[in-house]
Amino acid sequence: MTSGAINPPAERAWPRLDRLGTLLVAAGAAALAGLPFVVVKANRLVPGEPRALTEVLPPTGSAACLAPLVVLSLVALFVARPRLRLAAALAALVGLSVTLALAADALTPPHNRVVRIAAGGGFWVVLVCLGLLATDAITRLRPGPGRRVLFLAGALTFVVAALASGFFDHLSVMREYQVNAERFGRELRQHVLLALGSLLAAVVAGAPLGVLCHRIPRIREGILGTLNVIQTVPAIALFGILMAPLGALAAAWPLLERIGVRGIGAAPAAVALFLYSLLPIVANTVLGLKRVSRAAVEAARGMGMMPRQVLWRIELPLALPVILTGIRVVLVQNIGMVTVAALIGGGGLGTFVFQGIGQTAIDLVLLGAIPIVVLAFCAAVLLDALVEVMDRVKQ
Amino acid sequence: MMRTATLLRLLALALLVSFLIVPQKFAPVFAPLTQYGAPPIYDQGNLLGLAIAHLGTVLLAAALSTVVAVGLGILVTRPAGREFLPLSRTLVNIGQTFPPVAVLAVTVPLVGFGEKPTLIALFAYGLLPIFENTIVALQTTPKAVMEAANGMGMSAGQRLVSVELPLAMPLILEGIRLSLVINVGTATIGSTVAAKGLGEVIIAGLLSNNTAFVLQGGLVTALMAVLLYDAMVGLERRVCRAVQVE
Repeated sequence: MTSGAINPPAERAWPRLDRLGTLLVAAGAAALAGLPFVVVKANRLVPGEPRALTEVLPPTGSAACLAPLVVLSLVALFVARPRLRLAAALAALVGLSVTLALAADALTPPHNRVVRIAAGGGFWVVLVCLGLLATDAITRLRPGPGRRVLFLAGALTFVVAALASGFFDHLSVMREYQVNAERFGRELRQHVLLALGSLLAAVVAGAPLGVLCHRIPRIREGILGTLNVIQTVPAIALFGILMAPLGALAAAWPLLERIGVRGIGAAPAAVALFLYSLLPIVANTVLGLKRVSRAAVEAARGMGMMPRQVLWRIELPLALPVILTGIRVVLVQNIGMVTVAALIGGGGLGTFVFQGIGQTAIDLVLLGAIPIVVLAFCAAVLLDALVEVMDRVKQ
Repeated sequence: MMRTATLLRLLALALLVSFLIVPQKFAPVFAPLTQYGAPPIYDQGNLLGLAIAHLGTVLLAAALSTVVAVGLGILVTRPAGREFLPLSRTLVNIGQTFPPVAVLAVTVPLVGFGEKPTLIALFAYGLLPIFENTIVALQTTPKAVMEAANGMGMSAGQRLVSVELPLAMPLILEGIRLSLVINVGTATIGSTVAAKGLGEVIIAGLLSNNTAFVLQGGLVTALMAVLLYDAMVGLERRVCRAVQVE
């Protein structure tokens, strides 16, 4: 029956094959052999020609580049210690990126700024495999919140420094960045501003609403139900629906128009994001307050605290981790949704995504999509760490 | 109390169906939203057809994600797949930070315009909630129940099919509901990459500055999402009851 699960694993003289390692090494090797490592395009719009790694670099060059990958494969197959596995995966990630940059250099004719060298399927699959190995190792190491944030900051600094060094400049995504560098900074700022601004407004309005819902059970169902329904309206529709009333407002009060309230652009996007953000904040505030133990509240009252003091000194601090979880959900969701704001002229990184889709220029799509994913990921890691710290403080 | 809720649901369903079948009858409602004599009701295609295409894409994607996610969930909770479990949990967490639009945008260059990228993005995005809930459900089967099943001489396969999966069903259904509701909304973005769906109506409205179109597309999508949500909650209740009776 299930004896394997019950008996402790027997000591073996030989290290056994790691299952995850076997799967990922096999997938990576197959991808390198069967899929193009890079794609060469005569310009940014035409379909590209696939090239395998061996076609791109001289034998000695590709051997040097593949060495970290071979070492990693051995580690992934036979070594169980997470620390070593993580180090090997990170080294291989660096090796893979360097290989890609060298391949792009080798394929770019001198002084040619039109030809595009993009990463091919082989590169992406190996990248995903390495990412999975590193993620698995990190998961097994179970780093605390502080370590996780430090690791993320280190990795980000390293990547940004590497990109800024110009070593990767021949890659097509970086070419796209060079063309749009000024706009990129502006749209990135706009993206973050929209996501954070609507979150802030939602916290300012949603937390008191949550307290109210907690205090007056009669209105709870109605408010939460309404917010639930708002969530089901698709983002582009809500953006569009808000354009009309905001346009009318701006037309009626020129003062409003001067502070940025308009039918198109960032205003309807900000209002829509605010509306979407309310549900997680209000619902989690209610949930957090509900979980505060009666005994703590009674004790505070017994000490002669006023209701307002009980709320500020006892209930809200104890509910904070749950409220923060709601804030995490909202921030990650907002960073994704701001993308769609580009469709109504709201700006943000979605501008590149939709422009790229329109021109079938994948590099432009990636220029928008990769930073969005990175932003959302960073927000999740940061807030998860914060929630964990708060939980510890509470205990 | 229960009766008013049921009545409201039936009313919503009737409203949705009648709007999709005879949209022109609703023209007076939407007319005040248009300017310069623009058409108040979407006239560049058949609304019913678009709604069916929209729902079809969402349901197909959900069916595919259910099969794959439940399969993977079973795999990583068996003794043979246990090595993959920690990674799977982390992946679910990371995966949910990926914005659906980004998934869609990255898929387009790989498979071209049309239904395919939308289907793939919805499928990928729908996997996560189902996978997560399957893992949680299969890991929290009560110890006593498992031991009873073993004591009755069930094989691992029998135990999975006749004990673990039925007990896990309510949570798995909840996962399917989450991914369905998210995907009904996300599918509208598919229209930016030329997939057939209700997003077409919204985008036509945005392009021609016709709020009536935007509202129609948005409301029909929202109504569909709410009704699907309700239907799934109803199904979950039934399954819960059935599981408890057994």
